[in-house]
Amino acid sequence: MGQSQGSPRRGRTVRAAGTALAAAILLSGCSDTEDVPVLTWYINPDDGGQATLAQLCTEEAEGAYTIQTSLLPADAPSQREQLARRLAANDSSLDIMSLDPPFIPELAEPGFLAPVPEDVAERTTEDTLEGALAGAMWDDELVTVPFWANTQLLWYRESVVEEAGLDMEEPVTWDQVIETALEQDKLLGVQGIRAESMTVWLNALVESQDESILANPEAPAADLQTNLDTEPGSRAAEIIGTIGSEGLAGPGVASMDENQSMLLFQRDQGSFMVNWPFVWAATNAAAEEGAVESELVEDIGWAQYPRVDEDTASAPPLGGINLAVGADSENQELAFEAIECIVTPENQTEYFITNGNPPSSEAAYDDPALEDDFPMADAIREALENAAPRPQTPFYNEISTAIQQQFTPIAGVDAEQTPTQTDAFIVEVLRGERLL
Amino acid sequence: MTTAPETSRRQKREAAASANAKNADRRNGNGKKRTNRAKSEARLGWLIAGPAFFIMLAVTAYPIAQAVYDSLFSFRLTAPDERSFVFLQNYQTILSDWDVFWSALGVTVLVTVVTVAVELVLGFGLALVMHKALLRIRGALRTAILVPYGIITVVSAFAWYYMFDINSGFVNSWFGWVPGIDSDLDWFANFPTAITVIMASEIWKTTPFIALLLLAGLAQVPDELVEASKVDGASWRQQMTRVILPNMKAAIMVAVLFRALDAFRIFDNVFIMTNGAANTEVLSLLAYRTSIGRLEIGLGSAVSVILFACVLLICVIAIKFFKVDLASGTDAKGGK
Repeated sequence: MGQSQGSPRRGRTVRAAGTALAAAILLSGCSDTEDVPVLTWYINPDDGGQATLAQLCTEEAEGAYTIQTSLLPADAPSQREQLARRLAANDSSLDIMSLDPPFIPELAEPGFLAPVPEDVAERTTEDTLEGALAGAMWDDELVTVPFWANTQLLWYRESVVEEAGLDMEEPVTWDQVIETALEQDKLLGVQGIRAESMTVWLNALVESQDESILANPEAPAADLQTNLDTEPGSRAAEIIGTIGSEGLAGPGVASMDENQSMLLFQRDQGSFMVNWPFVWAATNAAAEEGAVESELVEDIGWAQYPRVDEDTASAPPLGGINLAVGADSENQELAFEAIECIVTPENQTEYFITNGNPPSSEAAYDDPALEDDFPMADAIREALENAAPRPQTPFYNEISTAIQQQFTPIAGVDAEQTPTQTDAFIVEVLRGERLL
Repeated sequence: MTTAPETSRRQKREAAASANAKNADRRNGNGKKRTNRAKSEARLGWLIAGPAFFIMLAVTAYPIAQAVYDSLFSFRLTAPDERSFVFLQNYQTILSDWDVFWSALGVTVLVTVVTVAVELVLGFGLALVMHKALLRIRGALRTAILVPYGIITVVSAFAWYYMFDINSGFVNSWFGWVPGIDSDLDWFANFPTAITVIMASEIWKTTPFIALLLLAGLAQVPDELVEASKVDGASWRQQMTRVILPNMKAAIMVAVLFRALDAFRIFDNVFIMTNGAANTEVLSLLAYRTSIGRLEIGLGSAVSVILFACVLLICVIAIKFFKVDLASGTDAKGGK
């Protein structure tokens, strides 16, 4: 319209320039968006470490791919729900997923996860700590790549063990822990809330007696057999029940999760606590802010997870995050390339220092920089060697929920009845004979 | 009541009817043929209501039908290959489960009955206050009363949770002088205390809704009737029970029905505060945990279908037995 007022010649020039510009935009648009595949990495919430790694590996890929992170819900069960729904619906955007180990079999069994290529498996698990490696497998095959691994330590107050005359260089048993708390009228930091942490605790107690909650974890639902109604199961129930009925976890035990038990441990009545290593960074931060007294940090010690039997090494809980590729992803090869970049030992060390999540690779612990921030790094590495995964079955969610329902409130746990009832309950639920 | 244009329309229609006996028959429901006018009116009706009707079908009837269909299968989302038709077995499993299903149903009924009853009493009080309040403060008062209803349920659930939580709550220290409350009381560890907090939160949040519906009912009671009863020497109590309440019956029943349906589907408060611990599980939470948590689509759909059937049952009871007239005051009322 404006052209009608100008000369025809000028009109042509303008049009030609416009065409050139449009072509330039189109061409550059192509090279920016279509040539470089975008890998979506579904991450669990952390302190920004995974986003940093995504950026780092995007840069290292030099245009081969771009990693974009997408945040999953805060708690592990909700992450599982969302991933399972997307995977079941053949969502092709699930290029890389951060998975909590107990839910791996459930997603691997129906073929929702792309198989890890042999060469990638070899390179990424060269020096993976034993416990972490066990958690990455299903059906004797590596179905995910271990990224970071988590485990619990026994945290204690130096003042308390000194008074009790305990030698913390030697392994400690649950009986000693309970006795000390009773004698000194102190409280224990355990997780009594009806949540995943209940299964974590029970599993560690059972595994510490060289027994497993499931006799045949790879069996189909109808044939699964539980092992709680055994001597080890009843011993585990006795420990949980005693702590509950003696009120050793304080009046708020029914809502005590990992964070609340840390807060309890920080108080004057704190004595021992079983918890993940995040408590160290969190307590230090609280001391710096003045939320807790600075002497508190000096008073905190750590040891291996308590034993059940004096003579059997403890099997601490295993947690962490593994990386998997969705079976419907259109960029599987690139995704595994990106995973290899993400899980290098150097990146794991960096992630530990910045986000407080311990590496699954043994070599990642060799960095001397760890000593300052995480003086317990060696203890964590040792615990990860002995750590035992939770029951590895596609029906883990059912088993865990049943355990949570039966073992809470912990004051009601009875060494005779609870394991028997839980066994029967789990079997009935798995056979579809009753609701959960 | 009929408006002026309506009256003139009717007059025209009646004029046309007297000219044509067949037309009169049609309007009485005996005619076979419809006039052009009736046809075009019907067409207009469909044009106006049709899109909404089909959208409603698409977004409600279809999912309901899908849920009913799914409920006949044993189907787990993470085992798609093992899906199998089991007919009514899911329902049998659910209905024979006393510890989970019937307990959840019991809690749901308890919450519904208690909250609706308490809300009705409180809501009526608030409605009276709003009705009688001086004109100057009426607006501010109504707004103030409505604030809880405007708060998102999840937010109010968290607020109540943190108020009573043993670790962060202030209730235990503020009300330590009340017998039975001390710093060691964990409200969410036992059924009686946990369900009390859940119901209190529910009541606090939805009483304004009932109050609003009852206020509308109060406004419908003709002043002349109340004044006449006063002149006749009726006491306040007699005015209430003989004049005001009988005239408000429709509004009260609608309020009760709506709130009962709402309360029966309670989810947020329980989900946030206890997540079903301490035996506080309700039907909606059970449906959620089964379909979304366990990914058991078949079993979860069956729970949802049962929940839906219960809601339908409440509607039928209310409409058939208590004669709730949802269409009172509109032209859709039968016989008009």
